[in-house]
Amino acid sequence: MAIDRKELKDVILKPVFDNNPIALQVLGVCSALAVTTKLETALVMCLALTLVTACSNMLISLIRHQIPSSIRIIVQMTVIASLVIVVDQLLKAYAFETAKQMSVFVGLIITNCIVMGRAEAYAMKNDPVMSFFDGIGNGLGYSAILISVAVIRELLGSGSILGYTILNPIKDGGWYQTNGLLLLPPSAFFIIGLLIWAIRTWKPEQVEETK
Amino acid sequence: MSASSVPAKNKESVARTIIVAVALCLVCSIIVSSAAVFLKEKQVNNASLDKKRNILIAANLLKDDTDIDKAFAHIEQNFVDLSSGQIVTVADPTSFNQRQSAKNLETSISIAKENDAARIGRRSKIASIYFVRKNKKVETIILPIHGKGLFSTMYGFIALEADKKTIVGLKFYEQGETPGLGGEVENPRWLALWPGKKLLDNNGQPALKLVKGSAKTEFEIDALSGASMTTRGVQNMIDYWLGEQGFGLFLSDLDLAEYRMVNCGDALSDSNDGDA
Repeated sequence: MAIDRKELKDVILKPVFDNNPIALQVLGVCSALAVTTKLETALVMCLALTLVTACSNMLISLIRHQIPSSIRIIVQMTVIASLVIVVDQLLKAYAFETAKQMSVFVGLIITNCIVMGRAEAYAMKNDPVMSFFDGIGNGLGYSAILISVAVIRELLGSGSILGYTILNPIKDGGWYQTNGLLLLPPSAFFIIGLLIWAIRTWKPEQVEETK
Repeated sequence: MSASSVPAKNKESVARTIIVAVALCLVCSIIVSSAAVFLKEKQVNNASLDKKRNILIAANLLKDDTDIDKAFAHIEQNFVDLSSGQIVTVADPTSFNQRQSAKNLETSISIAKENDAARIGRRSKIASIYFVRKNKKVETIILPIHGKGLFSTMYGFIALEADKKTIVGLKFYEQGETPGLGGEVENPRWLALWPGKKLLDNNGQPALKLVKGSAKTEFEIDALSGASMTTRGVQNMIDYWLGEQGFGLFLSDLDLAEYRMVNCGDALSDSNDGDA
């Protein structure tokens, strides 16, 4: 199983800017709205999703020759669901506070299109090692967007980063008028929209052709 | 990956499909259930520690360096029959869950619409309350409260001094109100306005009001700005739980002097302190 270094680099780095699962493929937006009010939850979510995508890709690739095509989606789903439940249980045991804030959204990784999309589009056709790194790469792509959104939302919405006050808000006796809109889920839509605009201005080849 | 030698035709057969499905389910269920079993103790521990922490915050006993289990040794759990106002014993104190109990038709009562200020529909017949004891004297009474805000049911604890009127502290541990507006019910700066205020008047009636503008008397607290509905929810919750539908009867009947004497002779209940 020889690994082509060039290909490996592509598999890991391409999803970050060139083929970003959120910005280009517009997948997995639901959780991007829900967990980005604070950077801390966003980081845990990124970690959980990257881990699940990488492991599910690897496991599905390992058994790809055994999976009958008639039940392949169900098989992928079962593998992903099991991994997500294990991750959820681990978080409840070792990161209780964060797990409480993320509530159902860890469980909802199961329905995150990125995980399933990579399993179906990549892991079913490629070997386990490359599939694993493809999962890591897509997890990083997802993380890049999530972390940018979370930094903007937490900084302007609550005046802090990772819970440390940067802009002292008025309600705590400071000067910064917090932007309440950024604490509500729709604001993530606006920020993701602006990020997609920025990325496509930087890399015009991502712009879809007008019909 | 030796499996790549399996002919494609064979792979798609019904028998093969069933075998793969069953094998996968078995493996996955073993992994999932072992994760659940091995991590359960830690999770239960976390949940109980979290509950203790919230109770300690309400009672104003939590400092940065507090050891939660140690501090909780001064707190004892009791059960109150809300309709009689008496302290009662329950069959299995450790597994009693007021929220579960409120959903069970046998252990809960339905609240008539006109009485349901907190908009909770049903409430448990038995409520789980806590006493903070110092030198065999009850110093603080901690009561669980909950009620509807704008979007969510807010759950919290409110702690009273032994005079049964003055607030020691308040803590909401679960709510889903608008972040930045109603969600500020969790803001420690707002909750810090509560201690020292009077929850009940001299007749034992709920008298505390959340007011717009600035609070002047000991019966007034500043409302949350930009969150009228959540504020109303908090107000209704207090009126309900401290009124005759809630802990009103218990508080008016509760004689802490007498309670202390009864329980002092009861060594067993003392050693059970902190068993939440």
